[in-house]
Formats: sequence, C-alpha cells, structure tokens
Amino acid sequence: MAASGETEPRTLVEVDNLKTYFFLHEGTVRAVNGVSFAISERRSLGVVGESGCGKSVTAQSLMRIVPSPPGRIVDGRVTLHLHDDGQEELVQVLELPAKGPEIRAIRGKQIGMIFQEPMTSLSPLHTIGNQITEALLIHDPDVTKAEARERAIDMLGRVGIPQASRLVDEYPYQLSGGMRQRAMIAMALICGPRLLIGDEPTTALDVTIEAQILELIKDLQSEYGMALMYISHDLTVVGDMADDIMVMYLGLVMERGSTQQIFDNPLHPYTIALWRSIPRISGKLERLQPIHGTLPNPYISPPGCPFFERCQRCEGGVCDAELPPLQEVEPGHFVRCFGCT
Amino acid sequence: MTNQQETLLTVRGLKKYFPIQKGFLRRAAGMVRAVDGVDLELAPGETLGVVGESGSGKTTLGRCIAKLYEVTGGEIVLNAGGETLSIPDLDRDQQKLFRRTVQTIFQDPYSSLNPRLNVLDTVGEPLLVNNLAKGRELEDRVTETIRQVGLRVDYLRRYPHSFSGGQRQRIGIARALVVQPRLVVADEPVSALDVSIQAQILNLLLDLQQEYQLTYIFISHAMSVVRYVSSRIAVMYGGKLVEMAPKTELLENPKHPYTETLLAAVPRAAAGRVRRRVVTSGEPPDPANLPSGCVFHPRCPYALDICRHEAPTLEKSGGGTYVSCHRATELRLQGISQSGQ
Repeated sequence: MAASGETEPRTLVEVDNLKTYFFLHEGTVRAVNGVSFAISERRSLGVVGESGCGKSVTAQSLMRIVPSPPGRIVDGRVTLHLHDDGQEELVQVLELPAKGPEIRAIRGKQIGMIFQEPMTSLSPLHTIGNQITEALLIHDPDVTKAEARERAIDMLGRVGIPQASRLVDEYPYQLSGGMRQRAMIAMALICGPRLLIGDEPTTALDVTIEAQILELIKDLQSEYGMALMYISHDLTVVGDMADDIMVMYLGLVMERGSTQQIFDNPLHPYTIALWRSIPRISGKLERLQPIHGTLPNPYISPPGCPFFERCQRCEGGVCDAELPPLQEVEPGHFVRCFGCT
Repeated sequence: MTNQQETLLTVRGLKKYFPIQKGFLRRAAGMVRAVDGVDLELAPGETLGVVGESGSGKTTLGRCIAKLYEVTGGEIVLNAGGETLSIPDLDRDQQKLFRRTVQTIFQDPYSSLNPRLNVLDTVGEPLLVNNLAKGRELEDRVTETIRQVGLRVDYLRRYPHSFSGGQRQRIGIARALVVQPRLVVADEPVSALDVSIQAQILNLLLDLQQEYQLTYIFISHAMSVVRYVSSRIAVMYGGKLVEMAPKTELLENPKHPYTETLLAAVPRAAAGRVRRRVVTSGEPPDPANLPSGCVFHPRCPYALDICRHEAPTLEKSGGGTYVSCHRATELRLQGISQSGQ
C-alpha cells in the first residue's frame, strides 16, 4: 500500500542488532537475539512467528517498555529519523534515559501502540475521553482541556465510534470489545505518531469485527501517512496488512522480504513449514503438515541454527555448528539458512 | 453424508435460556437466549463444524448436547449403541450412558485440567466414575489411550504443569476418548495453540476419527479450521442456526447473508496486494436483547421490511442446504471459490 509515484520513501526507524534478554531464576531467555530491520515512512512491516519468538518483545524494545526486571535490552541500536521542515533529526532510542522526558516524548507522540487486550490495556477507572486526552495534554502543553476534549471526540468519530460525544464520557466496561479496540486506536493516534505498532490488536476479536478493525487500521495508516509495524501469529492477517514481512523464530529473523516474496517464494524451511501447517479457506484440501517436534528449551541456546532440530532440510555438522547469517538472496529478500544460499 | 443411515443424534427445537438476576433478591430481570430453537441431525462418522462469533450460542449448543447444561426446552435424541436416549427424559443410568457416549474436548488446555491430578488420574477418572475399570485394568486402558493420542507412556505420573499446551490438549483428548464415546463435542480445541501445534492436534483428531468411527461436533470461530475438519458446516448467529450445508456448498454458495459476511471477513492468504473487501458494519447482537424479526437484520445489507418483523425459519433449500432467510431463494451471494487460490 505504499503511496506510488513518490520518491523513495525515507527511512523512519532503523533497528540494528537488537538484543533483549530476560534474566530469570531458571536462566537467561534471549527473547530478542540480534534483530535488525528498518521501516520506511508510510510502509508497513508485518512480524510473524509463534509464541516466544520475540515479536512482541521487539516492539516493546522500540518503545522501551520491556518489563524490567527481568528484561533488559543488552545490545543494539534503534535509530528514529524525525523529519521536521526538511530537517532530519536522529534519535538513538536505546540511549535515552529509561524514565526520562525524552523517551516519553517519543512514546505516544512519535510511536503509538495498540495492544491485544483492549480490556486490560485500558484503565477501568478513567473515562475513554480522559484516557485519550491524557496523551494530548502531556505531549502538548499548549492544548487546553476543552480543545483536547474536542480532538478526542473528533478522533473517536474517525475510528468509527458512533455518538462519540456521548461515548467520550463512558468507561471501558460500557463498551463492546470492538469499540474498546477502536477507542484504543484513537488513543494511539491522537498525537499523530509517525509509527503505529499493532501487537496482535485483533486476536481477541470476533472475525467480522477483526475485518472491520483491519480495514480501519489500513485506512488510518494511509490517511495519516503513518508507518505500521503489525505483529501477529497469523500469516494470513499479516499478509493482508503488510508491505514487507519478517518471520521470527526464537529471537531471530529467519526470513525477511516483501509480502509478495514471502508468499510466492518462501525460502526458509521454517516459513515453508509454517505455510504447510495452517489450514486455508480455499484451494486443494491437503493434509496439514505439522512442524516436527516442539519449541526447544528457551534457556539453552545451542550454537547452530535455532530451527535445526525441527528442520527437514538440515545438514548435521553444518547447521548445528554455526548460526547461519541473514543473507540477501534476491533484492530485498533475506534468508537465514545455509541450505538456501 | 446423511443418506439413509441411522442418525446418531437428533436435536429438535433446542432452547437454552439463562436468567439475568438482578438485585438483592436475585429476581430474574430478563433472559439471555443463548440457544433459541436449534434443529439438527448428525449421521454417524460425520463432522459437523459449528461456526459463529462470540455470543452466537455455539458453545452453549455444544454444552447442551454434551449434557453439561440442562436444556430449557426442546429435545435431544441420542442413539447410544442400540438404546435411544432422549433428553429431557432420562433416568440415572441413562444419564450416565448419555454422558459416556458424548464426550467433550475443551478449548483451554491450561484451565481445563486439574493441576492436582497426574495424567493417570486425569485420564482414568472417567473410567472410575462410570465404573468401567479400576486398578490394573484402568491403568492399562489409560496407557493405551495415552499412546493413541501421541503421548509417551512414562508421562503417566506427571502433573499438568510439566506439559506444553499441545501436550495438555492431548491429555484432554485422551480423557474424552478413554470411555470410548461415539460423539465428541470439540469446543475450539485448537484456538489456544500455536499454529504448528494446531496442525498436530487437528491431524490427531482426524486420525482418531478414522480409527474409531467417531462423530464430531467441531465448534470454532475459524472458518479455515472448520473447513479442514468438517463434512458439513452450521453457522450460528444470535442463538439460531442461520445456515447449515455440506462444506463445499456452504463455502462456495452461501445462502445466508451472514454466511457471506463471515466468509468475506476471513483474512485471505493470497492477499498482500491491495484487496478491498466488503466489511459489514455493526456488531453481533446482545443475546439478552435480540432484535425483532430476523436476528441478523440490523446488519444485513439485503434486509427488507419483512425481515424486521417476522423471524424466518430454517428451511430446506436443496443440495443438503438448510437456510433461515426470507430472501434465500432470490439472493445470489458471494462465496469463496474452493478450487482457486
């Protein structure tokens, strides 16, 4: 959905060798173990993987909201490119003080986030309106309360909430799941972020409501010219939302490319295995091919490819000896596999 | 599928209402009509997929059929190995036989297992309760069942916490199958699982069905999962069956506008390129306050005046399809081509 006919989109976020570990009693979990990617303005990146692959922690690291302790960003760089009247300002997100005003100026203002559970991520004690205006009042001291309320009502209308001027004074429990998710989107968008992160925002919703929310996010993305990072365990949803897709497994990017490349020409055995294990709504009905084995113990990280034990194409002595690098096999299409390059 | 064979299960006019209690005296202030007049028949060996959104009554329907709820009205007739059992008139022995013949697999493998019972006790409990086996024989039968669901026999003395989600779901399946039921009500059995594990469980359910000629009622919100396992599909909305048809027929030629809506909402793998879909506005009805006439009319793009006043009934419409819509014969609705992408 990139706006065509424009010049090369400018980079918005660059993530370089991000490592976020969780230090637990049982051992260290390398939730994100050297992830690099970039998102350009107005583009959308889909992140897929099973639970424990590090997709949510990657997003939390960008926002600096990794629960700490036990989590800690141990390495890497996140560069935010902010453009203001032709001026480019680079912000090193990971170098900002964890609780300082600088990172708060980014959270909500530059990067907005929508979460999976609208009930648990909204405060039950505050009205929808107060929760939305809070962000505005914090980020822009010039805005008066009345103005903020006006803008909140306007935003609620834009995300498709009927009778926004009445709903603004209601509490989350008075809203249905779909409406809560709309309210959360309004909250994430009120300050006009450059990047919107959606962490499984439709997983808890019914299918027809999910379809509504997905369309809404797409519409708002192009309306506001935002970049989107869309996280889901569901390849088909990600395929519907994203220009580019990144497939993660045990804290590593296994494959990355345009949605077309990942769908039409998946190369990594894990991506292929994921494809073969999900039921489709059309096409020939073939027996599903489950991925062999289970996720390995997260506390142990063996030297080789993390998918080695479950891989059909692995080569002993090669794949289990050394971690394959993420290599470009065709323009824009990266794969972490010795067998694919 | 439903040829001249005996029917295993007949459901007629099934109703399940839950009272809404209010105030100190817990007076009934209203009724949640969770299931409101459902008719269906099941042939032995078939899988009826039941789809619908939350609040549609699919889970309640399954629970009534498994006799986990007392029904409010209507009749359930089960053919249990020569004996005909008819709800609501069952004596104690018949109740036991009914429950043994119909078993349930639950959604959440984390909350549906007792953390204080090991695998042997969990899976053996139904045998004990039904006086089917004890001691050595019980252990043998549990061991046998454990093996059939793909668990290792040396897990027998372990407790649920030491198992992964997929393994727990296998324990749940073993518990259901150990009494050799004929009908299994599987209520969202894979929706809490990761995709790779989901495929394993779906294949296991299909294999077990083959081996033991099981009949399934497979309840799910995911149309693609239902397509994979079912022979027929029933669509529920607002406590009613709105359409029931052989799988391919339902997917390719939906006859009810709600079925069309559901199909349009399925995220499609072939997407990624710009695809606009018709998204129906509105949300599922509140089962405590169902709309007049056809339950779907407030969201239905084809609704006429009659739909607002008069509730349609489920009628046969050829090709094994049953549909509950005033305009079923004249509408040409869009489905999903089963041969194409």
